[in-house]
Amino acid sequence: MTLRAFLTTLTLSAVAATGAYAQDDAAKAAIKARQAQMDLYAFNLGALGAMAKGAVAYDADAASKAAGNLAMLTKLDQSRMWPEGSDDMSADNTRALPAMWENMGDVMAKGGDLAKAAAAMEAAAGNGLESLQAAMGPLGGACGACHKAYRAPES
Amino acid sequence: MPGKIVTTVIGLAVAGGVAGWFITAPQTVNAGLYSGLNGNAEHGKLVFDAAGCASCHTAPDSKHDGPPVLSGGRAFASDFGTFYAPNISPDTTHGIGAWGLTDLANAMIKGTSPDGQHYYPAFPYTTYTHAAPQDVTDLFAYMQTLPTDPTPSKAHDVSFPFNIRRSLGGWKVLFFSDDWIGPDTTDQIARGRYLVEALGHCAECHTPRNALGRLDKSRWLQGAPNPSGRGTIPDITPASLTWSQADLVEYFTSGFTPDYDSAGGEMADVVQNLSKLPKEDRQAIAAYLKALP
Ligand code: HEC
Ligand code: HEC
Ligand code: HEC
Repeated sequence: MTLRAFLTTLTLSAVAATGAYAQDDAAKAAIKARQAQMDLYAFNLGALGAMAKGAVAYDADAASKAAGNLAMLTKLDQSRMWPEGSDDMSADNTRALPAMWENMGDVMAKGGDLAKAAAAMEAAAGNGLESLQAAMGPLGGACGACHKAYRAPES
Repeated sequence: MPGKIVTTVIGLAVAGGVAGWFITAPQTVNAGLYSGLNGNAEHGKLVFDAAGCASCHTAPDSKHDGPPVLSGGRAFASDFGTFYAPNISPDTTHGIGAWGLTDLANAMIKGTSPDGQHYYPAFPYTTYTHAAPQDVTDLFAYMQTLPTDPTPSKAHDVSFPFNIRRSLGGWKVLFFSDDWIGPDTTDQIARGRYLVEALGHCAECHTPRNALGRLDKSRWLQGAPNPSGRGTIPDITPASLTWSQADLVEYFTSGFTPDYDSAGGEMADVVQNLSKLPKEDRQAIAAYLKALP
């Protein structure tokens, strides 16, 4: 190998490596962001669930705020949170199954189901405890349906 | 999920099979227990939901709206081959539309088919054997109201000698028991025990098995490896599960854990079924779990 060829190869592989690192970092950031998104769902649900269970007294105003947040969260654009190569076979610290990327249509439909259930909660939360309680089940179903299909079990 | 169960169960069948062959002709229920009973389809739907029949007998890609179409087809893989849940819709050719009440009772209570064969325990009749005759009668009435479906049942893809149903008899003699395990100290706890031990087949997943594949009743509901190979199925006795009664009821209703994550894996289906029961039944299951040693 000539020196020039050697240098070219070196430079090219350095570029490739930087590219790979950049991609890795992007995947890492996306994984963090989507997990944060999920945690925000859970955090706002916590306020609603505590009332549903009777752990804290029903408060129409607090319930409406939490439900409003939840509904808002479902409207965030998530397209950059799920890049190719960020599934649990390709990246660390994630439980997202590769099947997500093979069934994007279905994933979007499940996201749509969640948005509907969250909108229904937003409408229900301020109307009394029973109406809040009745809206919890469909919400749980919408979260669970996606986890069941696309999230690996905890190891 | 029942893959591992099936594997171990069948390994055992071979061990017990030879000796068992002669003493293990399939049994049938006492038809007298069923003769005077009238089915209530509405109550039968609750039995159906509590027992989770749809989780196995609907098609793998089925949607959840409307009455369940019990066309079968879900696969349960094991080391010995693959079992397929059959069509149990009321179709008279491909389903069980031609069955009578005692045919269903024999299947659920004794694991015996109308032509006198043993069923594989991938069909959790070892749990359903505890079901009350009135509940089986109501279930039968409800199942007759469901849509028919012409999908033929798939043959199991199981190799010799596991494909010989008669060899299951040995296993049945050894392990098929109608003892109750948990307490029944109050009416509510007794109802919870019935829902868990007779219908819910919670133990099929949550109780570990010994080397021969038998549920280890001394570790009842104390968690088990997940047969899918990923993760474990949690211990749900008070020793590990510190959730309050209200937490458990919420989990069985909406699937939310106390951290507001949602039930995953096979438990998502179970929650979907439990959420259709009356609230008192979910409370009873929670009370039973809290009362376990
Ligand atoms: C469209 C699919 C989908 C929907 C809908 C969905 N999730 Fe998730 N959720 C996932 C996936 C995939 C993961 C795993 C993400 C990862 O590890 O990269 C996850 C992870 C989580 C986590 C763990 C986050 C972490 O820190 O690791 C929580 C908590 C969670 N989801 C809560 C919820 C709640 C509550 C809802 C309903 C309000 C919900 N999710 C709706 C797909 C979904
Ligand atoms: C864990 C999965 C699972 C659940 C839950 C389940 N079954 Fe099944 N069932 C099976 C499998 C697998 C078979 C095939 C068994 C065999 O061929 O030996 C079967 C067989 C049957 C059969 C025999 C059909 C025939 O053509 O001979 C009937 C009837 C039946 N199930 C009814 C029910 C009812 C009713 C329920 C709920 C009370 C139920 N099953 C719940 C998996 C399941
Ligand atoms: C088909 C297998 C299966 C059956 C049947 C089943 N479970 Fe589960 N269960 C699981 C799995 C898997 C999990 C873990 C869920 C997860 O990872 O989110 C679980 C989780 C749970 C939890 C939450 C425990 C925790 O620490 O997270 C409770 C409570 C529970 N199950 C109760 C029951 C009851 C009661 C029944 C019967 C009515 C039942 N299960 C039937 C598989 C099953």
